[in-house]
Amino acid sequence: MDDLTIARTLFGSSLGFHIIFATLGVGLPLMIFVSEVFYQVTNDRRYTLMAKRWTKAQAILLGVAIPSGTIVAVQMSLLWPQFMEMVGEVIALPFQIELFAFFLEALFMSIYVYAADRLSPGLRILSVFLVAFGGSASAVLITSANAWMNTPTGFQPTEGGITGVRPWEAFFNPSFASSAFHVLISAYMTGAFVVASIAAYRLLRRKLSQSEIRYHHRALMMSLAIGGTMSLITAFTGHWAGQVLHDHQPEKLAAAEGLFETQSHAPLALGGIVDLDEQKITGAIEIPGLLSFLAGNRLDTVVKGLNDYPRDVWPPGYVHLLFNLMVGSGVLLILLSALAGWFGWRRKGDRLPQWLLWTLTSTGPLAVLAIEFGWIFTCSGRQPWTIYRFQRTADAATQAGDLWVWLVLFLSLYMLLLIATVVIMSSYFKRHPLAEELEAVVAEGNG
Amino acid sequence: MSDAIWAISITWLFVFIYAILGSVDFGAGFWGLVYNPRERSRAGEIANRFLSPTWEVTNVFLVLLVVTIVAFFPRAIAPLGTGLLIPGSLVLILLTLRSAFMVFHYSALRFRSTLRIVSGVTGLLIPSLLVIALPILAGGFIDPETDRLLVGKLLSSPVTYAYLAFGLSSELFLSAAFLADYSREAEDSSAYAVFRKYALWLGPFTLATAVLTVYLMGRQAEWLRDHILEEQGWFLLSAIAFLLGYSALWWRRKHPERERGFPRVAFVCFILQFALASYAYGAAHLPYLVYPTLTVEESVTNPAMFDSLLISYAVGMAILVPGFIYFWRLFLKDKRYVGRG
Repeated sequence: MDDLTIARTLFGSSLGFHIIFATLGVGLPLMIFVSEVFYQVTNDRRYTLMAKRWTKAQAILLGVAIPSGTIVAVQMSLLWPQFMEMVGEVIALPFQIELFAFFLEALFMSIYVYAADRLSPGLRILSVFLVAFGGSASAVLITSANAWMNTPTGFQPTEGGITGVRPWEAFFNPSFASSAFHVLISAYMTGAFVVASIAAYRLLRRKLSQSEIRYHHRALMMSLAIGGTMSLITAFTGHWAGQVLHDHQPEKLAAAEGLFETQSHAPLALGGIVDLDEQKITGAIEIPGLLSFLAGNRLDTVVKGLNDYPRDVWPPGYVHLLFNLMVGSGVLLILLSALAGWFGWRRKGDRLPQWLLWTLTSTGPLAVLAIEFGWIFTCSGRQPWTIYRFQRTADAATQAGDLWVWLVLFLSLYMLLLIATVVIMSSYFKRHPLAEELEAVVAEGNG
Repeated sequence: MSDAIWAISITWLFVFIYAILGSVDFGAGFWGLVYNPRERSRAGEIANRFLSPTWEVTNVFLVLLVVTIVAFFPRAIAPLGTGLLIPGSLVLILLTLRSAFMVFHYSALRFRSTLRIVSGVTGLLIPSLLVIALPILAGGFIDPETDRLLVGKLLSSPVTYAYLAFGLSSELFLSAAFLADYSREAEDSSAYAVFRKYALWLGPFTLATAVLTVYLMGRQAEWLRDHILEEQGWFLLSAIAFLLGYSALWWRRKHPERERGFPRVAFVCFILQFALASYAYGAAHLPYLVYPTLTVEESVTNPAMFDSLLISYAVGMAILVPGFIYFWRLFLKDKRYVGRG
């Protein structure tokens, strides 16, 4: 591998790793917040127990999310110095403001975890709200910077530099609103589905007391309701983001859909493999006219094909696959939550059938995968640019050599952390079984 | 003042805040390793109690520092990023291990001894790698052709080790002084005696390493040494602050049965000592960010971005300062937390 490929692999792995924890760090606090509010409304102490146990998981995840986020922040300057120079000149604001959001999250997370016993209920809800707010704001702000890479505005290029910087215009670039909305809602969706997966998995155990079943069932239905709603909204925001692609980044949309010839009544290609050299897509199911309709709400919308652009600025062909995988996972999640909702309504509070519980354990991993596909899609679909039509990825990379050493080191670190996280999680929850804590809570409630 | 001077002053302020917080944080990790919980003194436990809720916040200051440099001095990122790739990446790896174990140990008791080792060892290694940035920025260790770090030259140069000695000694000195104060707050006189003793030993040693560093600097970065000698007045004030703080560790209390010393006064004086000295070092370093290729004036961002950044700082700080104060009262003042035993 050449240094550029190694730099991309290294940074891609760092992001791919961080995104799992960052996304859950946005999604889980919402679940905790909702259950704290449920407790205040229903006075059912099981909801505080839910909040408490999820907070434990969140604190462990944060132990990886914070340092991996630090890695991404610093590695960006180390691996992409020329890109970061442009960031500093034009799009420094969201990074700067994101730090304040990060501070808010870290401060109140520490307060919520280490001082919970000294806080009044109101302050406790406020703390967890500020944690959730800080996490959500971070997601929106970082997405602003990523959206700017896709649709850079707020400056004029000149010979060998830039001029006329307008920081807020860069911040509110054309794809900011759609991307930020999409990222935020899909993070809520993922947090909810991961909780749903675990609850479904727990319900599959044979030896469960009635109160354990009720606890897990409640957690499952609550997370499926939130996850299902969020996945539906994610689909709409994704559609919106696709229309922004049509307007501002047509080659990315063309590559996502494997469209070579510019045309009206363009078909939507489902599945299949795109071959850039042969200029064709094989094995796809084509739905006539649907791409045009999705891109511009009319069948006669003209959608640009790749052949309108020089070969050296085409994104790689595999982005079509990534795009399909992302959309496919999303659609599956919507269908699964609708199915579970229908069964839950028919059975009125009884356990869902075994086969459905088995299927529902897949929702969390599926949501995480969808997020990964989405991020890889948006970043590979921008290639060969790091800043669309302004700076090529090759020109942004560091000149320092021997990057493979760091690739090996960081990949080992991520493996180690993944294993450690799983071990710690399972050892913590084994030492604090639900049955015991549930008993304590019920006893406290009756006494 | 020009934009560049404002920008470097704010950056300096963050470097300084992180240097103090980082010293206390990493130093506490080290003391937690040295004093193991089975021994009679509760010194190690005191160190860890302070560390648990604070390290995340300290870590955010490191990110704040990096983002501030990117935002204010975008044109310095390419040379800095290339030159500092090796120490920077090592810091990231160690920091990640440390942070992860910090959280894990809170959740799983059986990792407690691993944590103490990880947090103690990284508590020395990370500050070492961070302080190494200083001789690199002072010039002579970056290949002017490729911007790459000359690792062999850096490691074979005596001044590097002088900086290291000074950095580690300051870290342990400041954290010992802080933990002495924290132990007094927790009303734990055995821990107080331990940390006071270390502060007394490390104080003069730190001063000696500082003088040695300036002396050895003459061979590697003569320009910086000359500038530093011009700032003598500030260093003199810094030394006075040190002597005042040092003597405060000896002052007698009104109640004869209590241990000698006013650790709060001492720690505040030591912060002042480091503020004065690092201000003088920063002033002597001007106009260069990286000698001799990069000045602050050349690398500062455009005026439009500069103004927006200042506004965002003002708004951000207005929101965060109450949060910091609340945090401080919960974990550093509240007897229910500090004195829990």
